[in-house]
Amino acid sequence: MHQFSQQIFSGLAAGAIYASLALALVMIYRATELVNFAQGEMAMFSTYIAWSLVNGGVPFWAAFVITLVVSFLGGMAIERVLVRPVENAPVLAAVVVTIGLALIFNSLAGWIYSYTVQDFQSPFPDRPVLGALITTRDLGVIGVTLVMLFLLFAFFRFTATGLAMRAAAQNPESARLCGIPVGRMLAIGWGLAATIGATAGIMVAPVLFLDPNMMGGVLVYAFAGALLGGITSPLGAVIGGLIVGVTENLVGTYLIASQLKLTVAFALIILVLVFKPNGLFGTAIVRRV
Amino acid sequence: MNESATAVAADEHAAGRYGGLSVGAWRWIGALVLIGLAVVLPFGLSKYHVFELTLVMIYAIAVLGLNILTGYNGQISLGHGAFFAAGAYTAAILMHHYGVPYWATVPPAALICFVLGVLFGLPALRFEGPYLALVTLAMALATPQLLKYFDNWTGGQQGINLVKPLPPASLGIDRDRWLYFVALVVLLLAIRIAANMLHGRTGRAWVAIRDQPIAAAAMGIDTARYKTLAFGTSTAFTGVAGALAAIVIGYVSPEGYSLFLSISFLVGSAVGGIATIGGAIVGGLFIQFVPNLANDISDAAPGAIYGLAMLLFMYAMPRGVVGSLGPWLARSMRLIQPHRPDIQNK
Repeated sequence: MHQFSQQIFSGLAAGAIYASLALALVMIYRATELVNFAQGEMAMFSTYIAWSLVNGGVPFWAAFVITLVVSFLGGMAIERVLVRPVENAPVLAAVVVTIGLALIFNSLAGWIYSYTVQDFQSPFPDRPVLGALITTRDLGVIGVTLVMLFLLFAFFRFTATGLAMRAAAQNPESARLCGIPVGRMLAIGWGLAATIGATAGIMVAPVLFLDPNMMGGVLVYAFAGALLGGITSPLGAVIGGLIVGVTENLVGTYLIASQLKLTVAFALIILVLVFKPNGLFGTAIVRRV
Repeated sequence: MNESATAVAADEHAAGRYGGLSVGAWRWIGALVLIGLAVVLPFGLSKYHVFELTLVMIYAIAVLGLNILTGYNGQISLGHGAFFAAGAYTAAILMHHYGVPYWATVPPAALICFVLGVLFGLPALRFEGPYLALVTLAMALATPQLLKYFDNWTGGQQGINLVKPLPPASLGIDRDRWLYFVALVVLLLAIRIAANMLHGRTGRAWVAIRDQPIAAAAMGIDTARYKTLAFGTSTAFTGVAGALAAIVIGYVSPEGYSLFLSISFLVGSAVGGIATIGGAIVGGLFIQFVPNLANDISDAAPGAIYGLAMLLFMYAMPRGVVGSLGPWLARSMRLIQPHRPDIQNK
């Protein structure tokens, strides 16, 4: 029983990271109906920026904040310069652009920082607490994720920019007629998604270690979490991410300890989706002919 | 040009004829010239280049399969590498464990992949857009792991080494050129079958479902049946390509069928031109040559060059090479005509 609770808690820590990245995917999807396949690699690149800052002697939390700001600006720039040309192109063209971006970031990181695995120090000590149920590091990861979620919620709920962004995502034409600069809102959305991704990357790097391919698996789980929760629902994305984290951990511990873990975890998620095709919290899209 | 010649040209245009021949006849001439080139080409190239072109044609068959599903039926698949692998392993297991001759492994590969595709297409009916992308992505990720797991059939991590087939002695050509012609014949057959299906009742039903699913159902199209059929047909094509790849390369192993392969197919289909048949060949060229070119340009960061190539292609031709150049060519053909016939006739 104790081991079971332990597995649940460490699953929640992994799940918090999937939840963050899932939230980033949902943000971009809601605004542009586009799954950003570069999200994981963007997060990886941000993490490298944080790593070089820390290595350069900047204190951890200062490096953390600088990285978030740089990621925000970088995300905006990517939207304005690279994604915008395919805004009105067929969906597949936009998908290919994000795949291309993922390749570019992966390759650039390997070129600049090499493919050697780097150690990334966690800001939280790794000590078991609460009767060895959870480590302080996992607790820290969950804490940072919760703070970030709360800030995002407050931003969308209580600020004028947040309201304008929701309007632009929900109905771009009407929003534009109300004087909301929809294009700029999209750019801010990409910036925020990059920032969320950067947080997830920095939190996950001490566990996975830092290398250019570290986010591949994480992105897939985040994608699964986002869809499990319902790709149109930010709250669903967070809950979905947490469920995926816990499921993955439990399947790995109790059901099957071999390389088939990923396959089994996915089979379970797909089974859920067969019965709830729009995810747990997503709304069915009603179409008119 | 004198008056009567102009009038003749105008009349010809009105009847859809150019230089005394119908558009259909010009198409046939164009196709025959291309086929003729494809037949002569291998004799002027080195063995390695012939091998590369063989792979181009094999990838083209796989992309054609994906195009049927994604382009004409609107279902995005990130998992066609799994069916490519299924076809490859069907061929490899039949040849290695049962001693079946190489040419006889292609139909079973098509059949098995068709059945797999239909089985997979049934639950996929409930998914659309990103959900289908996730489910197929999961399949692509699971493929190498499953291949390693059933190792008494698949040879596990080591894979299976195959004996490369010998050409018929009476032809007097070497092995690589023979396999080139085998692939060429299969590609031409695949294009013919795809064109027949796409230009007929089935293809129209697929396109209708893609563009207006509800209206299509209201018109009496059995959407579930046609969508599953699209899945099965698509995966059968890709499975055939996989079987050919196993025969031509002479080796299968789990690492060859990673997620990257599935993504390459999708990229190839977008770059060539989604919902075009000719786009599949451009896609095959892109998949085979652009990564190598990227390697030549930059040893340090080939992925960045490959990614950049994708971006540039999508910016310049968002509908793909054939999808964007086709309409442009048609416009240019019209410009060659001296006058618009409808004005001329008044």
